[in-house]
Amino acid sequence: MDTLLAFLRRVLSLCGKELLIILKDPANRALLVVPVLLESLLFGYAATYDLKHAAYALLDEDKGPAAVALAARLDASGGFRRVATLRNETDIAPVIDTQQALFVLHIGPEFEKQLRSGQPAPVQLILDARNSTTAGNAATQLAGIVEQFNDDWLARNGARALPVQIISRAWYNPTSDTRWTMMTALIAALSMLQTLSLTALSVAREREQGTFDQLLVTPYTPTEIMIGKCVPSMLVGIAQSTIILLVGNLWFKIPMAGSAWALYGSLLLFTLAVVGLGLAISALSSTMQQAMLYAFVLIMPLMLLSGLATPIANMPQPMQWLTMLNPLRYAIDLVHRIYLEGADLGALVGDIVPLVIIACITLPLAAWLFRHRLE
Amino acid sequence: MTSSRGASSRRVAALVRKELRQLLRDRSNLLMGLALPIVLILLFGYGMTFDVRDARVALVMEDRSPEAADVVAGLALSRHITPTLVNSMRDAERRMADRKADAIVRIPQDFSRRLAAGKADIQVLTYGVDANHARTIQSYVEQALALWQARQADRRGAAHGAAGFVVLEPRLWFNAANTSTWFLVPGLIVIIITLVGAFLTALVMAREWERGTLEALFVTPVRPMEILLAKTIPYFCVGLIGLLMSILAARFLFGVPLHGSLGALLLASVLYLLVALGLGLCISSVTRNQFVASQVALLASFMPALMLSGFLFDLRNMPAVVAGVGHVLPATYYLELLKSIFLSGDFWPMILRNCAVLLLYAIVLMALAHRRTRKHLE
Repeated sequence: MDTLLAFLRRVLSLCGKELLIILKDPANRALLVVPVLLESLLFGYAATYDLKHAAYALLDEDKGPAAVALAARLDASGGFRRVATLRNETDIAPVIDTQQALFVLHIGPEFEKQLRSGQPAPVQLILDARNSTTAGNAATQLAGIVEQFNDDWLARNGARALPVQIISRAWYNPTSDTRWTMMTALIAALSMLQTLSLTALSVAREREQGTFDQLLVTPYTPTEIMIGKCVPSMLVGIAQSTIILLVGNLWFKIPMAGSAWALYGSLLLFTLAVVGLGLAISALSSTMQQAMLYAFVLIMPLMLLSGLATPIANMPQPMQWLTMLNPLRYAIDLVHRIYLEGADLGALVGDIVPLVIIACITLPLAAWLFRHRLE
Repeated sequence: MTSSRGASSRRVAALVRKELRQLLRDRSNLLMGLALPIVLILLFGYGMTFDVRDARVALVMEDRSPEAADVVAGLALSRHITPTLVNSMRDAERRMADRKADAIVRIPQDFSRRLAAGKADIQVLTYGVDANHARTIQSYVEQALALWQARQADRRGAAHGAAGFVVLEPRLWFNAANTSTWFLVPGLIVIIITLVGAFLTALVMAREWERGTLEALFVTPVRPMEILLAKTIPYFCVGLIGLLMSILAARFLFGVPLHGSLGALLLASVLYLLVALGLGLCISSVTRNQFVASQVALLASFMPALMLSGFLFDLRNMPAVVAGVGHVLPATYYLELLKSIFLSGDFWPMILRNCAVLLLYAIVLMALAHRRTRKHLE
């Protein structure tokens, strides 16, 4: 009992020392809070695929009432804004090349005639697909408008409207808002950046400044030193996650469906796995420069291949297998499912077990590396 | 004058040699500068795509009439969708909850009866947690169903001689294959160069300050400008090699077309590399502390370049203030340059404008680094 108490006291004092190092410098303190707050706000607004008054140009070679009505529908929809009205086909290229317009709607001279004679009347849509996501979204929205136009046109001309209607609904995110996806994913992703690099740098800094050797001649055991390095980084990570969570919940008003306990339990497990990675990097590098480079080499793929930027399901199969090593992949899935779906921990075993395994490998590995580097 | 200029270039050459030795001694630098760009562009080029493949759609046929079968026949034809027939709605919902289905298409029991009456519904449910993915899948399903719809109307129209209808024919310029790889790969080059440039140099000045070796340099006749120049040149070379490898990978591995000229591409890239190196040097000489410098570089270069440059999210869709922040980032200008030069061709007014912006950034950042280095000397 006494030994346990002494152990706890020693670990506590070490944690206190590490926290002091992280927090004593005002520049450091600001660095832990301000960027996370600022970036979660900025990215929350930036994370949208919804078109906002997309600029378009109209080339109407028909000028009949039907063509005018179709263009009017576009202007009235609110999603599009006409920036130019073109005269002939040679005008199309310059408007698109200069990015003046996202797309050109080209109504041919036969439009009204074809429509009245009961034929399909083609309308050309020329999209700037330099950003294929934006182009795809514009095409989808336009298709909806054209469909409405068809319904009304057919009804007005005595034909029956198209008989089948598609009723779509997105589960757990009724407005299909990308912000919901992104902000919740950032709870895990953004805090990982600094948790990982803080841990990776902490030992490297002591090594570079020579204080690590001093630490080693104290009565602390290597395990205690490691715990002392882990806990403060985890606290920082959890605190940053909380900031992003609050921004998402209070500022962007994303409703939380699941329990805070489940969320924090998962985040704790995730930061533990991340800290393990950070310590392993720390053990491998002898200078801060090295530690930072290694941390960064790791952070890039962890971030970009986690499902944060593009869905994992779209990747080629071997790449999907590779992402199974990525703790962030599981953390993002956990946060998504707890926050948006309200899933309980029982349904999340598939994410929790891999995180436990990663933590169980990286932490002992870091300990082993430390011992072997020191000899 | 000539002799002093000769002395200056001799000093710079000596310093460059020193930096080069330092750089080569630590293998992690070479790893960062040379191996990293190629590994990253391979990983991300193959791994990152918005193009949905084999979306798993659970199909609930509560109506087993021939009409209903005809409707869903179109779904199986789409190469983006893999429909699976399930027995009941409850079954489908369980699949969705277990993440074994990305969407549910439901043909209700009264479908054929209501179709005869001219007003039938089809339900499409998507897993909205990944909103963009869900929306893409939804639009594929809707496209497949709309195709059937058009066929139907065509048949009826021909029979009754009734009114026609509008068909939209989308044509994708600059990206005819409609693959997101074409716009993601240029974006990756931006991110990789930002990283390599800013990270290689973010610590070099801070390290000298921290260890006190910079003061040792100050007592020698070298000028601050020469120190900065000597710090830039070796890392510029390392970054340049990484840059060229990324461009080659984009062109030949991922088949991104190069419609513009190689000259414009190189000009823009070299300018941006200078901006990235300048950013690193600036962070380094302003913070004078490796730890702080590393955190600033991490937060100021990577995440903004990812989120606010137009790489993932289109600046045109953002609120004005946030788009404004995006337009302060040099990465935004380089990305616009790359996308246009690769995918659409040389459009000189834009190229010149953006290159001028990048040049301005490079000069301002270097001047700032120079100022912060000189100040301490006095």
